[in-house]
Amino acid sequence: MSFVIVQVIVGGLLLGAVYALFSSGLTLVWGMMNVVNFAHGDFVMLGMYVAYLVYSLLGAGPLIGAPLAMLVLATLGVVVYFSLIRDIMKGPMLAQILGTFGLALLLRYSVFWWFGANFLSLPENLVGGTLDLFGIRIQASRLLAGAVALVVTLGLHLLLTRTSLGSKMLAVAEDSTAAQLMGIRPDSMQAVAWAIAAGATGLAGALIATFFYIVPTVGETLAIVAFVTVSLGGFGSVPGALVAGLLIGVIESLSGYLIGAIYQDIVVYSLFLGFLWFRPQGLMGNS
Amino acid sequence: MRRLAWLSAALALVIAYPLLFSTPFQQRLGALVLLYAIAASAWNIVGGYAGQVSVGHVVFFGCGAYAAMGAYTHFALSPMVGIPAGILFSVVIAAVVGVPTLRLSGHYFSMATIAVAELARLIVTNTDYLGAAVGMSGPTVPRNIFDLSFISALPYYYLFLAILIITLGITWWMTNSRIGFYLRAIKDSERAARSLGAPASRTKLYAYMLSAGLTSVAGALYAMMFGFVDPESGLGILISVKMLIMAALGGAGLLFGPLVGAAILVPLEEISNSLLGGKGAGLTFVVYGAIIVLIARFQPGGILALINRRLEKRRKAPETIVAAGASHAP
Repeated sequence: MSFVIVQVIVGGLLLGAVYALFSSGLTLVWGMMNVVNFAHGDFVMLGMYVAYLVYSLLGAGPLIGAPLAMLVLATLGVVVYFSLIRDIMKGPMLAQILGTFGLALLLRYSVFWWFGANFLSLPENLVGGTLDLFGIRIQASRLLAGAVALVVTLGLHLLLTRTSLGSKMLAVAEDSTAAQLMGIRPDSMQAVAWAIAAGATGLAGALIATFFYIVPTVGETLAIVAFVTVSLGGFGSVPGALVAGLLIGVIESLSGYLIGAIYQDIVVYSLFLGFLWFRPQGLMGNS
Repeated sequence: MRRLAWLSAALALVIAYPLLFSTPFQQRLGALVLLYAIAASAWNIVGGYAGQVSVGHVVFFGCGAYAAMGAYTHFALSPMVGIPAGILFSVVIAAVVGVPTLRLSGHYFSMATIAVAELARLIVTNTDYLGAAVGMSGPTVPRNIFDLSFISALPYYYLFLAILIITLGITWWMTNSRIGFYLRAIKDSERAARSLGAPASRTKLYAYMLSAGLTSVAGALYAMMFGFVDPESGLGILISVKMLIMAALGGAGLLFGPLVGAAILVPLEEISNSLLGGKGAGLTFVVYGAIIVLIARFQPGGILALINRRLEKRRKAPETIVAAGASHAP
């Protein structure tokens, strides 16, 4: 019994690391430009389909699929920034929300139209079956996804806090006019942020594709997970997203195990609304 | 005065429509345009006038639809009896969602509305009392006229028209009341409005609750016309999308914007569905998504705002010439 609980918690942590990875993309863009990307979950969905295509066309696993998905989505992020976000950022709130929400529909139903509404999945042994660690059984695909996601999320945090690129992005977030006077181009920094944010979703999508169901509407659920994570962790905070992501992964797994799989989404959504009621500034926020 | 003449002409045309275009498909199409116009107009109160983009308005639509079908299924009453219950549920949900989120920036509100709608869909799908995944049906054979179950779309057409006129009347009344005045101020600059003493959060909440109640009526009417409701048709996110896109395309925050949007999009969807069959479903929403993105990018005010601007320009131009001429006259 206790072993099963530990196993459930470990599984939750691994999934939570992937949540943290794609949520840090959302939090980065939100914190930097005050834009909420309602298509964020659908970016993850696209990453999953890239991984699926890589498998079905080339027979290759996440070793090729994940970097490729990251690249494809990062490119998409830059395209979306220059063709849409740059203009609607300055517009009214209605235009901002409509723009990214419309993008979400466009992506979701293009995939729906092309692939159909069927649930797809990658073969279970694509990443090598199940491992036994001190009596805890873990699927290798989940372990790989969780470990890579954790490393990349921490890397992203270091990139933002320890490099000159990160400082420039922070400067633009703080005051874009002042940053411009210091010789930083806000436009390029924001495009970089979109590339990073979208690239993170692509990678996350390709990673969870190895054990998650793949369906055009999966982005809707994942978007809400990202919203919960970001509002729990505080805006613009990658470490916050990491802690919140892990926490949500564990809560989701535990509630799925203890009260039934159909209730795990209900628990996460209720948690989100509860947080909006009582602590809208997030777990680590301070105002 | 000219405006009034135009309005009465348009109203006469709308009243005559099902008599001029009398095939069942055309009458049904007309009824659907009016039904979606009611829902989109209700959305417009909070999304357009209050500037708070609700992406989960379907939860109120579902309240109405489920209350109407529930009144019949569980109490053998006319579905109409469910309408007040639906309104009540909607207003309570709106208050629960609105109180915490309307204090925060608009993003929170939009995210919370999505979460509530999805939460409602998940809960209903797993609740046997509400028919779970199968849903609930209305009366298969109408027992009397109060069941509002007709084979022809014609009675629905005029019923929906009456409700639409009431909805637009309420909207018009609201915009000219104190609330409407506050809403305009808040939309221009919430901080300025607050500092001048406008109760911003409370005003937005009232608009949201009003909008929720009216949306629930649209949901009840929908369920009565189709004779059933299930989680997809009563609580699917795509219904929220339709309300939002119709209002935004026609002109969010304009009285007739949602009606114009519905009059464009409903025929588009119905005709593409009848031409493409089931394969068209995905494609329709690809087009919807593209339209939303294009509106947001190039014309956030919608079609009516564009037309209004054009008209104003034309109206202004001759006036300035006359004025200039007058000043030169001896």
